[in-house]
Amino acid sequence: MKTATRIEAVNDFVIKFANVNGSGSASANELFAKAFLRMGIPVSPRNIFPSNIQGLPTWYEVRVTEQGHLGRRGGVDLMVAMNPQTWNADVKEVDAGGYLFYDNTKPLPPSKFRDDINVVGMPLTEICNATYENPRERQLFKNIIYVGALAGMLGMEPEVIAELIGEQYKGKEKLLKPNLNALQLGLNYAREHLKDALGLKTKRAYNVGEKIFIDGNSAAALGCVYGGATVCAWYPITPSSSLAEAFTFYCSKLRVDKATGKQKYAIVQAEDELASIGIVTGAGWNGARAFTATSGPGISLMQEFIGLAYFAEIPVTIIDVQRGGPSTGMPTRTQQSDVTTCAYASHGDTKHVLLFPEDPNECFQFAAEALDLADRLQTPVFLMTDLDIGMNQRLTAPFKWDDSRRYDRGKVMTAEMLEAGKEFGRYLDVDGDGIPFRTYPGTHPNKGAYFTRGTSRNPYAVYSEAGPDYQYNMQRLLKKHDFAKTLVPKPVLTPSKEPARFGIIYYGSTSPSMHEALEALATQGVFINALRIRAFPFQDEIFDFVASHTKVFVVEQNRDAQLKTLLVNDAGINPASLISVLHYDGTPITARFIQKEIAEIVSALNVRPIKKDKAA
Amino acid sequence: MTFLAKPKLHHPTLPKNKLGFTRRDYEGKVSTLCAGCGHDSISAALIQAFWELDIQPHRVAKMSGIGCSSKTPDYFLGQSHGFNTVHGRMPSVLTGANLANRDLIYLGVSGDGDSASIGLGQFAHVMRRGVNMTYILENNGVYGLTKGQFSATADKGSKAKKGSINADSAIDTVSLALLMGATFVARSFSGDKHQLVPLVKAAIAHQGAAFIDVISPCVAFNNHAGSTKSYEYIREHNEAVNRLDFWPTREAITVDYSAGGVIEVPTHDGSILKLRKLHEDYDPSDKINASAMIASAAVKGEVLTGLLYVAPDAEDLHAHLNTYETAFNTLGEKELCPGSAMLEKINAGLR
Repeated sequence: MKTATRIEAVNDFVIKFANVNGSGSASANELFAKAFLRMGIPVSPRNIFPSNIQGLPTWYEVRVTEQGHLGRRGGVDLMVAMNPQTWNADVKEVDAGGYLFYDNTKPLPPSKFRDDINVVGMPLTEICNATYENPRERQLFKNIIYVGALAGMLGMEPEVIAELIGEQYKGKEKLLKPNLNALQLGLNYAREHLKDALGLKTKRAYNVGEKIFIDGNSAAALGCVYGGATVCAWYPITPSSSLAEAFTFYCSKLRVDKATGKQKYAIVQAEDELASIGIVTGAGWNGARAFTATSGPGISLMQEFIGLAYFAEIPVTIIDVQRGGPSTGMPTRTQQSDVTTCAYASHGDTKHVLLFPEDPNECFQFAAEALDLADRLQTPVFLMTDLDIGMNQRLTAPFKWDDSRRYDRGKVMTAEMLEAGKEFGRYLDVDGDGIPFRTYPGTHPNKGAYFTRGTSRNPYAVYSEAGPDYQYNMQRLLKKHDFAKTLVPKPVLTPSKEPARFGIIYYGSTSPSMHEALEALATQGVFINALRIRAFPFQDEIFDFVASHTKVFVVEQNRDAQLKTLLVNDAGINPASLISVLHYDGTPITARFIQKEIAEIVSALNVRPIKKDKAA
Repeated sequence: MTFLAKPKLHHPTLPKNKLGFTRRDYEGKVSTLCAGCGHDSISAALIQAFWELDIQPHRVAKMSGIGCSSKTPDYFLGQSHGFNTVHGRMPSVLTGANLANRDLIYLGVSGDGDSASIGLGQFAHVMRRGVNMTYILENNGVYGLTKGQFSATADKGSKAKKGSINADSAIDTVSLALLMGATFVARSFSGDKHQLVPLVKAAIAHQGAAFIDVISPCVAFNNHAGSTKSYEYIREHNEAVNRLDFWPTREAITVDYSAGGVIEVPTHDGSILKLRKLHEDYDPSDKINASAMIASAAVKGEVLTGLLYVAPDAEDLHAHLNTYETAFNTLGEKELCPGSAMLEKINAGLR
């Protein structure tokens, strides 16, 4: 057996935990990830889980990255192999020179290992059986024991983990002590038996700063609380369910009237997505801020209502936490594959407003923004997140709120305005932006009532199938959508350090991997200007960006180049100037993938990087 | 339908309610339904009920789905906001509207295609949630707007205008509403104004999910021999369990009613429901008996009408959710936004 090389790294490696779903590993693994943050080292963890509650394999990948690269890196430096079901595949996945940590209570034949990786065994089951009587405890504490052992081997600060355990079991002293004991058991074993077993080390850093650690679903839910949503209707669907649950949690803390104990919110778990969007439509029609959270299959079911809300002009906020489609697709995997279906949702000529947040911070911001936009534009607004952002905790800039900010309720005609004789035409464009005034039901005894319908009507909401009435309305809706460009978040430009003839367009959860890839490409002498699109309809900056580059890469996490389709079909951009780079296997896009694809295409185009002499 | 709009000038002697409104103030646009349509009689009963209850027309929100019945909210309460939603989905829209502003009165108007076929799911769930509303199902057993197909409430064995016989079992919406937890369940007949108007008034006063199934013959497609929802058939087979007198508490009860024949049912808003019992033994607070009576009438080929069930202690969705007393659509940043200081605390908890 030859001796394996050893990967040596400080504060920059990937650890993957292979566990069995429902074994209590998730909270131990999360504790482990958070400990790095307390040591000032950024981490980026990801859950890789099956559509299952108990028994199937599940993985947790922790990228430790002092430089703050929060995208998925790819590759594994240390595999914590706790699941016999997936042993072979897990062993195979370790990078050469990497490490395999496993429970060696029962000896395994040599054929089960590789000779180019370093094997670290620890008799976890034996230790647990010797320490605990109760089988449930044996299982749960096994997780904390391996966390302790890993912390010992990696040279982590044990006080930091003890502090986290203390916070987790605050007020539950009964649980606190045994957890601390389990941690110590692991630490002691590592000190005595596994000294220098790993070439991976940690040391305190100062790169976390004020950042917070939260998943995108919770962040979006909090954004809905701050943005003034009072009605939430939803139907459980992975990966969006935790968003409605987080909204419920935050509301219970932040929205209960102190004097009366009454709730300034209403959350309805509907019978299906048709009902949830119906409830949101009814609430929006009646002047409350309302939203639903769903995923692709839910969007498919909501189509008819989305068309009604578009045509009858009702504010609706829809949060689509995208997963792998089509059909049931890959329910627990990530994709950006609902872009075109949301942009053009429902039959007939429709166009909707989409927002693309890059991380939890933008999930918070854009959720609140979406509620404003829906009211201002009186139309459905989609917040397009995905499983990668939504269900993984991510290090992100702290949330900010300006207390002088006022909710933009849009053009609402009040009883006073009606009384003063202001003309009311529900579908009348009064000032050229395509947006009409509306009245809330019950506003005035004899002015401002109208009949809302999904059939065509004249500017005064009177049923009409007359061609000119219909066309006036459809043109006005188009004008309104065009006007939305002035309201939605602008694209963000990241200029390259050197003049670049290539551009790259990306959006959403691709962001952290993209930044890492751009840095790596720059060190290879490939300079690219990058533009992150944050909304549809597209602003002029996007046209100008494409026009000022020879070729523009469009990087997406779907098969059919959906954003590119919008750029070509809706914005009239010449498809010859765009090159798609597509990643759609259900895993989050990695920097390594982007770097490789772009480098290959650039090389195939046979274009020498300009001013190579100046390259770093 | 009428082709000429009625003149806007009122006759000075038209009676006025406490708000000073005449019945004309509760009317809407001219109906576009067929002359003699049962639905127009229901609209007239609704106008009468709202007028008698002295409800300000603009404080009512009229919600409907798609179909002949769902068109009718345009034909009454012209000063109310109306919402003609999508087929079979009115209940969810009404639920959302109700959550947004608990201070309005919600009237849902639907048909048998809308409620029993495409919308059966939403019909069931809106009842189980106890949304505070009056849900009127204008039931003619037929698809009128698409010219005469059977609906899911058409009785097995009944005959379509073109001669085909319905082989599918009928869905009985009152039984279903009872089963789903509606707290006010009634059935009436569009041609029986004396029964229907007090039922509507009682349903409006009821603080919970109130459902009235109104058999409403379709003069165009379901009023022929062999139909079980024609005027003739219903008149012959109508079996009323009670007549209702209803007084809102704000009015002194001055009407003289015959003692012994009346049962008083207090409602949640303090009004008193008085049931003029035609059947001495009929107790509308007995849910199990109501189900049994409906079923045994059906076996006899009778259509049981009247107030079949009412739960005096009904609660609505707002009570279940413990919602704030002030309408959500009037709340602003002050009531809803926790502010930057709280956000700082939340940030601190996420480090």
